[in-house]
Amino acid sequence: MFEIAEKKQLSHTVALFKIKAPMIAKKRKAGQFIIIRLNEHGERIPLTIVDSDNSEGTITIISQEVGKTTSMLGALGKGDTIMDVVGPLGKATHIENFGTAVCVGGGIGIAPVYPIAKALKAAGNKVISIIGARTKELLILEHEMRKTSDELIVTTDDGSYGHHGFVTQILQKLIDEQTKIGLVVGIGPVPMMRAVCNVTRPYKIHTVVSLNPIMVDGTGMCGSCRVTIGGKNKFVCVDGPEFDGHEVDFDELIRRNRSYLKEEKIAMEEATYHEGTRCYERR
Amino acid sequence: MDPKEIKERMKIPRQAMSEQDPKERVKNFYEVPQGYTPELAMQEAKRCIQCKNPLCVGGCPVNIDIPWFVRLIAEGKFVDAAKKLKETNALPAVCGRVCPQEDQCEKVCLVGKKGQPVSIGRLERFAADYEREHAEVTIPNIPKWTGKKVAVVGAGPAGLTVAGDLVKRGHKVTIFEALHVAGGVLMYGIPEFRLPKKIVESEVEYVKKMGVEIVCNAVIGKLETIDELLLNGYNAVFIGTGAGLPVFMNIPGENLIGVYSANEYLTRLNLMRAYQFPEYDTPVLRGKKVAVVGGGNTAMDAARTALRLCPEEVTIIYRRSREEMPARIEEVHHGEEEGLKFMLLTNPTRFIGDDEARLKKVECIKMELGEPDESGRRRPVPVKGSEFQIDVDVAIVAIGNGANPLIPQTSPDIKVNKWGNITVNQDTGRTSKKGVFSGGDIVRGGATVILAMGDGRKAADSIHEYLATGVW
Repeated sequence: MFEIAEKKQLSHTVALFKIKAPMIAKKRKAGQFIIIRLNEHGERIPLTIVDSDNSEGTITIISQEVGKTTSMLGALGKGDTIMDVVGPLGKATHIENFGTAVCVGGGIGIAPVYPIAKALKAAGNKVISIIGARTKELLILEHEMRKTSDELIVTTDDGSYGHHGFVTQILQKLIDEQTKIGLVVGIGPVPMMRAVCNVTRPYKIHTVVSLNPIMVDGTGMCGSCRVTIGGKNKFVCVDGPEFDGHEVDFDELIRRNRSYLKEEKIAMEEATYHEGTRCYERR
Repeated sequence: MDPKEIKERMKIPRQAMSEQDPKERVKNFYEVPQGYTPELAMQEAKRCIQCKNPLCVGGCPVNIDIPWFVRLIAEGKFVDAAKKLKETNALPAVCGRVCPQEDQCEKVCLVGKKGQPVSIGRLERFAADYEREHAEVTIPNIPKWTGKKVAVVGAGPAGLTVAGDLVKRGHKVTIFEALHVAGGVLMYGIPEFRLPKKIVESEVEYVKKMGVEIVCNAVIGKLETIDELLLNGYNAVFIGTGAGLPVFMNIPGENLIGVYSANEYLTRLNLMRAYQFPEYDTPVLRGKKVAVVGGGNTAMDAARTALRLCPEEVTIIYRRSREEMPARIEEVHHGEEEGLKFMLLTNPTRFIGDDEARLKKVECIKMELGEPDESGRRRPVPVKGSEFQIDVDVAIVAIGNGANPLIPQTSPDIKVNKWGNITVNQDTGRTSKKGVFSGGDIVRGGATVILAMGDGRKAADSIHEYLATGVW
């Protein structure tokens, strides 16, 4: 059992959790993830480790309520427990001084971008961050990203905050302004990552993305997370989660992530959340 | 035993074990064979002629004293029989069910030379089940701590055997398991109807009661490296991480929705209980027409699991003929009884999907058998122009596993072969790294539960010797 030491609601559907997992806190590096299982009947889902605190022995994750498991997680609070937490999984981000690194985060994808931006900054890079959300209410980690970036540009799709438009427009602008960019890190919804890669491709700017396929064991045993990278089958859990964005077959990833749309709906309908009792009951 | 009695015993026919009716069992996940009654077990045990030089013992990878435990069953001392078994085998209820006895102990049984061999596997199962069901499980005396600590990586058949053997010799043992439960392939791979998970849980419980500590959710190579284990007070490490990355065929369409590796399909259904979705949260695509590619035991497990999810049809696609199928005859037979279809001398060439990338068809090519290859089996050769398509909406690829890279990635001083499997001394399980041993599928690439346990047994002997002498 892993105790939730702290919870902070970042938006209506997005929450930050600090989980007591001292061993993982000690070992984890930027770019790595954990797999959690909430209870005996639960599924295993991967979540990026956003941060850790060695002295408290906690790791930080950020989760958005999209399906049954993430909704149940969202209903948990300080002092509640998660049955299984395993990690750190996946390869750590390759960190070196690239000169200028542009960190692009979209929506919930700002969460996995943050630890990478922090590590890049610590390695001496000039970090320019572009973070975007649909609307102001959904923008997360602005303060943290500002602290770890030399420059921060915020965008919202509806213009409710910052630049009215998409993160890719700002990225294009930076390139047009002849900014010398050594690395672009782009993490967010798959269409956004694909768009970021399409922006940088003509200029051959090294672009790293972090993929979020469906996983089961997360240790290379099942192959659920396979994605075509540069024409070859790769397992995101052990070969990734980060890859050269110009080699990723994003269309395939989008399709594979839709494998269980019908089942996800059934699972949500079967479970009715009761406010106050913090439990899901079958109809 | 005098010749007259031997003659009498040889006259007793092999006792059948009752099984769930195929029409019924294909609708449920309950166990198929239902085990012997005490009467049937005693009758079957009496068929053993108690050879002076029993060949069966040598046929067993962990060298169980078979005539002894069988004699105890014949005498009605069922609990004693179970205890005898457990002296050499920590998991008898598992082995009695999943060992390929027909290729091991029963293959060399003298009684079998003139008729049917003694049903050693069924008797093993009976004794272990009797002991458990009658709450007679007792823990052997554990000697005083030797002061030595051993880390075991992976709580599968190899790891559990090593741990059980070493704790009985007074060493402290901690098993680190990557998944959320112990048991390895016994939990995620072998289906409930062949090996009920409750039985695995109780055998794991037994190992724990002997004093073995099991830490789940611990991925060695990530959470801690082998070097860190050795630095942090463990005197020896055994690596039993099991099957690794599933092998795919590298044909077009293999990443369509509905194409699974056998590992994923079985893990979803066994470990995560997707057959009870949505009561359990993990889903699986059920499919009307299911194809399983491969002819081994894993393919049979996947196919027979698929049969239980109410499909219209489940077909095994195998590139050689029936004679070359590596699956146990019993499993093929069970599958056939349950309505499994076989498309032999056939190999998939591509998967075809719809506009949502969901699997719809498989294109196959006919094969014929050519000259024997290195394995001695005749090599399948495609018949030119014989391609054809069949409707399939779920396909399961069961053609084997590669090696898991997690430990070699962080311990480059542990030698691996060109496939990434750990290289060991076959007699001792010693790797190229001092104090580190290995066995089971991470060494063999893909074998059986009992061979993994045999590796565990040998490694435990060698670890014990190393801990006593310090000599590598």
